[in-house]
Amino acid sequence: MNSLHILALFLLINCSEAMGVEPSTLSSKEMADIPAGSYVPLYTKDKTPREVAAFRLDIVSVTQRQYLAFVEKHPRWQRSKVARLFADTSYLKDWKSDTDPGSDLDSPVTNVSWFAARAYAKHLGKRLPTVDEWEYVARADATQANATADEKYTAVILNWYSTRFVGPLPSPQSFPPNIYGIRALHGLIWEWNQDFNNAMVTGESRGDSGIERNLFCAGGALSATDVRNYAAFMRYAFRSSLKGNYTTANLGFRCAMDSVNHTKKQ
Amino acid sequence: MKYTKHILAAVAVGLTATATQVVAQSDGQSKAKAILAEPLKGEEVAILTHAPNVPPPITRKHRTKVIVNLEVTEVVKKMADGVDYTFWTFGGSVPGKFMRVREGDFVEFHLANHPSSKMPHNIDLHAVTGPGGGAAASFTAPGHESVFSFTALNPGLFVYHCATAPVGMHIANGMYGLILVEPKEGLPKVDKEFYVMQGDFYTKGKYGEAGLQPFSMEKAIREDADYVVFNGAVGSLTGDNALQATVGDTVRLFVGNGGPNLVSSFHVIGEIFDKVYTEGGITSPPNKNVQTTLVPAGGATVVEFALDTEGTFILVDHSIFRAFNKGAIGMLKATGGDKGINLKVYSGKTNDSVYQPEGGAIQSMPENIKARPAAKNKEERIARGKTTYMTICSACHQPTGLGIPFAFPPLAKSDYLNADKNRAISTVINGLVGEVVVNGKKFNSVMPKLEFSDEDVANVLTYVYSEWGNNGSEVTPDEVKAVRAKGGKAAAGGGH
Repeated sequence: MNSLHILALFLLINCSEAMGVEPSTLSSKEMADIPAGSYVPLYTKDKTPREVAAFRLDIVSVTQRQYLAFVEKHPRWQRSKVARLFADTSYLKDWKSDTDPGSDLDSPVTNVSWFAARAYAKHLGKRLPTVDEWEYVARADATQANATADEKYTAVILNWYSTRFVGPLPSPQSFPPNIYGIRALHGLIWEWNQDFNNAMVTGESRGDSGIERNLFCAGGALSATDVRNYAAFMRYAFRSSLKGNYTTANLGFRCAMDSVNHTKKQ
Repeated sequence: MKYTKHILAAVAVGLTATATQVVAQSDGQSKAKAILAEPLKGEEVAILTHAPNVPPPITRKHRTKVIVNLEVTEVVKKMADGVDYTFWTFGGSVPGKFMRVREGDFVEFHLANHPSSKMPHNIDLHAVTGPGGGAAASFTAPGHESVFSFTALNPGLFVYHCATAPVGMHIANGMYGLILVEPKEGLPKVDKEFYVMQGDFYTKGKYGEAGLQPFSMEKAIREDADYVVFNGAVGSLTGDNALQATVGDTVRLFVGNGGPNLVSSFHVIGEIFDKVYTEGGITSPPNKNVQTTLVPAGGATVVEFALDTEGTFILVDHSIFRAFNKGAIGMLKATGGDKGINLKVYSGKTNDSVYQPEGGAIQSMPENIKARPAAKNKEERIARGKTTYMTICSACHQPTGLGIPFAFPPLAKSDYLNADKNRAISTVINGLVGEVVVNGKKFNSVMPKLEFSDEDVANVLTYVYSEWGNNGSEVTPDEVKAVRAKGGKAAAGGGH
């Protein structure tokens, strides 16, 4: 497994060297094609697999450098100018000023709201990945499309949960790619999803959904498709704690777009 | 309507008493109405304390609005010497801060989740009447704060805990504490109150394995705990951290069990609980004179006892391997009090004597030693005596002649030995029972009489007198014979 891993890295490095450019500067290589498929989400009473259409996903989470370029172009998303409705008071709180993220330009941007993340994606003609898309890709490790049964896969996630956050965050480029070439879905930050609040509704919407019950006490254990999948459980719990204008120190995002060869069904 | 059905059912079986009861119930919300009828006066911010401390008793005689501010933090702290763990905490340590309110109080609860937290958290207080015990209402993302309120309808000692999915993991990481809802009339006055909460922990490495230990989901599911501890760490209530009290004090322990899995058999070694308010039901009559009480996971109990004598009392989970192998040990040190009473209540060890099931204290020397010819001179006497000493005597008096403090007197530079040769001979041939003072130290033990020949007694004593700074006397078989001729029993301590 390890040698395969190294091999994959080697090929990737060779590839980019052959083209003579850094992957991050080559826009066509910023995203990877994700083939269509299906997966069984965590919270379903029936175990009918859910279809995921082919789409494209950013290889890495959006960095401070990239986000800086965005706020320079769109000043209304700068810290002092953003509307409270769209981002709470901790929005970009570690930045030195409206247009100075500090020294860690290759770190993923965090303390950004869902509204801000969505605006960022839109200005590049992209969108945020859905929970289904994100979870579908996030099942993979370096060699398997679905590694969720692998103890090592789970251990990486759980270790991150139990490690205290100490900044600055490392560059997502320093993480190994999974089988799709996507990096740092686990072990770096939480990430926003397009429909974060539809997957698990809580808070003010709890009256219209029974799903919320799953997040407290025994409910979750009964309806989760794999009761041992604590690692994934945490993501659903985390998403459920958010509102669109919330920002937190561990939460960033990456972008997605529909596959060029595929018209997205809605 | 639901109640109509009940009434019909009751009437159908002709139980009029039950029917009346059902009608009374249908009056509805009577407890809440009675409590809410009392006016709410004033406002205060709750005093919260870290274990083992407890906030002061409530002296108020009215309902008030109590504001509770509790912050959730994820922190790395010591689990045991050399072992660290990432605890998720209510208030910075495990267990969470102790809260104390009065029956009927209107509690405005502020739950803040520190921005550095990875996880969303919430709180389910067992003292809350309402869905989830506050869980859904207090669900809070990192860097945010939630507010909800409740009226404390039921007095008692209650557990609170995080109920965010996966609940087991949040609790296993230390997210629990106690909230006391004092009854209107308050609790009986006591001298000392302490907060003790048990929890079980599941780590990747086994007990004592050094370094930062991650949570083990597998072990938690198997309920195979590596650590079972009081107040969040091995040793948090022992040594310098022991609970302190004075003899004569009445002590009240608020004992909680966060779990996540194990039920505690809570016991204090050397104490009998005068009162146990089982499962935290402080308005029920207590159970009296109890040795060990069960504290369920997610439950609590209140125990009270008067300290009637001094000493260290050991708190344990009497599922005893948890105590001695997984950390569930605490200490309560009681000092002071009337020495006379202390000793009558408990004497401590008063005697440790040789147990002689054969009824006597005669030890025979092997035949071949007895049969040897007499020693020709003092040197030979010393050489032979040494053999006897090292074979027989050194077991107690030690090869160095220094003896064992408080058990076996020293022979080295021994005032008792050097003062009286005949007494020394008598001690060997007749034995010695009772208290003696040797070099200023009291000994209260038994020296068995030794069935040595006169020659052997002379040799071994001559050896002892020649060693370790003693006076060098020579003991002859004739002297031994003379002492033996006087007869006598085991000396009774020689009048010291």
